[in-house]
Amino acid sequence: MHPHRNIYTASQNDAPLEDSLSGASLSAGSREGVAASFVATSPYQPSPHDYLIQHLSVGTCTQAEQKIILNDVNLAIPHGKTLALVGESGSGKSLTALSIIQLLPTGLAYGDKSQIYVDELSILDLPEHAMQQVRGKNIGFIFQEPMTALNPVLTIGQQLAETLTWHHIAVQNISSKGQVKSYINKAFSNLQKDQYHFLAALLFSLGITEPMRCLHCYPHQLSGGMKQRVMIAMALVAEPSFLIADEPTTAVDVTVQAQILSLLRQIQKERALSMLFITHDLSVVKQVADDIAVMYRGQIVEYADVATFFGSPQHPYSQQLFAAIPSYEKRGCLLPVLGEEGGIKLSPLSKEQDNQVLLEVKDLCIYFPIKQGLFRRTVEVVKAVDNVSFQLCGGETLAVVGESGSGKTTLAKAIMGLLTISSGNILYADSAVEFSKKSDIQMVFQDPYSSLNPKMLVADIIVEGLRARGERIKNAAKLPAVFKLLDQVGLPKESCNRYPHEFSGGQRQRIAIARALILSPKILLLDEPTSALDLSMQAQVLNLLKTLQQELQLSYLFITHNLSVMSYFADRALVMQNGHLVEQGSIESILFSPEHLYTQTLVKYAQV
Amino acid sequence: MGGDGGTRGGLIVFSYFLRKILYAIPVLLGVNILTFSLFFVLNSPDDMARAQLGNKYVTPTMISQWKVSHQYDLPLYYNETQTGLAKWTDTLLFKKSLAQFTFQFGNSDQGRNINADISQRMWPSLAIAVPTLILEIIVNIGFALMLIFFRYTSFELTAVLICVALMSISGLFYIIGGQYLFAKVLKLVPISGYETGLDAWHFLILPIMIGVISGIGSGTRWYRSIFMEEISKDYVRTARAKGLSEVAVLFRHVLKNGMLPILTSVVVIIPTLFMGSLLLESFFGIPGLGSYMIDAIRAQDFAIVRTMVFLGTVFYVLGLILTDLTYLWVDPRVRLE
Repeated sequence: MHPHRNIYTASQNDAPLEDSLSGASLSAGSREGVAASFVATSPYQPSPHDYLIQHLSVGTCTQAEQKIILNDVNLAIPHGKTLALVGESGSGKSLTALSIIQLLPTGLAYGDKSQIYVDELSILDLPEHAMQQVRGKNIGFIFQEPMTALNPVLTIGQQLAETLTWHHIAVQNISSKGQVKSYINKAFSNLQKDQYHFLAALLFSLGITEPMRCLHCYPHQLSGGMKQRVMIAMALVAEPSFLIADEPTTAVDVTVQAQILSLLRQIQKERALSMLFITHDLSVVKQVADDIAVMYRGQIVEYADVATFFGSPQHPYSQQLFAAIPSYEKRGCLLPVLGEEGGIKLSPLSKEQDNQVLLEVKDLCIYFPIKQGLFRRTVEVVKAVDNVSFQLCGGETLAVVGESGSGKTTLAKAIMGLLTISSGNILYADSAVEFSKKSDIQMVFQDPYSSLNPKMLVADIIVEGLRARGERIKNAAKLPAVFKLLDQVGLPKESCNRYPHEFSGGQRQRIAIARALILSPKILLLDEPTSALDLSMQAQVLNLLKTLQQELQLSYLFITHNLSVMSYFADRALVMQNGHLVEQGSIESILFSPEHLYTQTLVKYAQV
Repeated sequence: MGGDGGTRGGLIVFSYFLRKILYAIPVLLGVNILTFSLFFVLNSPDDMARAQLGNKYVTPTMISQWKVSHQYDLPLYYNETQTGLAKWTDTLLFKKSLAQFTFQFGNSDQGRNINADISQRMWPSLAIAVPTLILEIIVNIGFALMLIFFRYTSFELTAVLICVALMSISGLFYIIGGQYLFAKVLKLVPISGYETGLDAWHFLILPIMIGVISGIGSGTRWYRSIFMEEISKDYVRTARAKGLSEVAVLFRHVLKNGMLPILTSVVVIIPTLFMGSLLLESFFGIPGLGSYMIDAIRAQDFAIVRTMVFLGTVFYVLGLILTDLTYLWVDPRVRLE
């Protein structure tokens, strides 16, 4: 093979732009803007044992139109080190990862000069059958969404053992605890026994306390964190030397995220693994990575070691990424938006707040009955929200924080009147919320990709609230109120006659906000409005919400699990855990002097 | 999974299906009463007698005689001449319709014992329907997997086009064309007829083959779309990242998940296999329940038609309950709470 080919010239950092770009076999003519003016290379002199990606280009292969998706990507992952690949969605991070194991989506092809070396094998020269030996055995892959990445109809044991059997890996009988052993002896053949011993030991080392039980579970029986541990185990089964982790913590809660990250760091040290860690979250990079490569529109724009990068990011895009992270210090200002001309500035924003109580929740309880038996008797109740009381004042932003399953969304649905309350009161401006009052409270949902009806025009989506209230509107696209709202949320007038799929995530969330505002509500319930969005989109939506609050004197009940968004955006916060309200107070008191143990844990993880 | 949880799970399953069976009773009752009103109110016993006796030279005496001999002389649902409970039981609704719940169907209008006919004729029906179903599933899944393996190629495109063409051809064409080719030209099998015992295979092989072939177009296309949806899911990518070959991915991961919707759609029709196929049986002269129904309709023998409608409903409801049970059995995610 070609282990000693060294593509990096003696001085990498000042390699001329032309040289870097000439590596791409596909035309780079269509690229413009920030990315093209800055192509970064590795700060290291690569050694033959490194995992190398050289001049990787990927594009569509149709004759009619050539579109470049990855343009001359050069990465080197030194032995036993972690490289973080950072970028927003659509920048080509995941595609880079998939191209390393030759699993490009249909219709895409590699550029001519692309080279990938793993364990001194030139990956792109390998035929499919040889590649199958490399996947799983030389390269382990951890996927983003453990919920869907595991086969729902096979047990964890079957899915893990499959890799062992497929790669003909003989495992030695590792002695495990007596009880577990006798159980296995009864249930399995010798080969399976050995495999299950090995797998149980592996799962145990990854922090799963009942590994044998876990092996016999189906994926849906495990929690999100457990599934991600299983996913990691699946990547490690064949003991590869190179691990690719594609956003392994995006789908899990903050506390679980911290555990998974420290676990990855630990196994990487123990097993001397090299790791390519893909993420869009700069805050996790510091915890796991040695080096960082920033990707923008299919190109690497900055490549440095972590200390240098976090000390002084060089590329304007990287600087903008940092600036767009919401934090306590940036309160009272609008966040800078990516791609905006004139550098980064924080524009101050004034805010008015009155102390009149708009919404009061008193001793609210919501229980869901569990029914069983022939006559559906109620045998148990799930206390989704238990004894929660709080007040929301005019012009105020009240954050509700907590992990998934803590009852945040149930609380919001109850305030909207979408759920039956078991006991307690919800009072709106001194009277219990009635159906007629509902237009005063509107909701913006979490996922703008699924919360807008794909078959309706934007104008119809926006005026649906008016129609539901009984107003007769013939042609929504000609309504002045719609134009005014679109203008307010920063969308062009022409958006009226288009469908939701024509918009990006951030734009869709603007449509969702316009839809909520048409009824001129006083309170907006925001259910994780930015958690499905990229950092730059998040900054835009948060800015919009702040501006609207100022213009329209809105009160926000802001549900989030992201503490940095909370500390930037909210005035006060409620902390929820398992349906209970464990702490409430001003942002300052929650952040700087948390009383409850759970709040302290949350704040600690968020500050890492 | 301790033994304790097992027993409790068993109880939940038992009570769930007990409830399902209780739900089935009003459905069957409703169908029973609807059929009754169709057959007795719209088509009165007088009309039935006239049809049976032939429309010419029918005197009112002949009609009432026929009605008495076939027990159609009772009032529809309320008998004033009787006392007590018999006011309700000695009626057409009770004797001719609700009595079907005992599965004693009595005599047909032409005087044959329906129960005896059914128990004799269901075997030829099953002899065609069961092998057809099994072969159909195997062949269609095989073709569908092959199309998935060659997805996005011109081979797949051609095959899908052929499937559409096969779907568009009428079932009658397959029957007549098959009879012409294999029985008349090639003289491999008899055109139609039936024989009891093992020799029946001469007569069964052609209808089974034609049953399978006529279903290939739609079946393959449907299964292909099920597998196509599965193959784009994340767990398939995980399986590939483990190093599995495309064939292993198809058979170990895609097939198993795709089988869930396929199995349940097949289970629904299993009980109705008893009823046989109307078309195949009448064209091939197979004395099964399908041709029984056709003959009964032709002869205006509504006692048989009513029986078959009732049995069809029972079997379909049974099929739905079996589907639930299958789901519980094959899909680990389905749990009864």
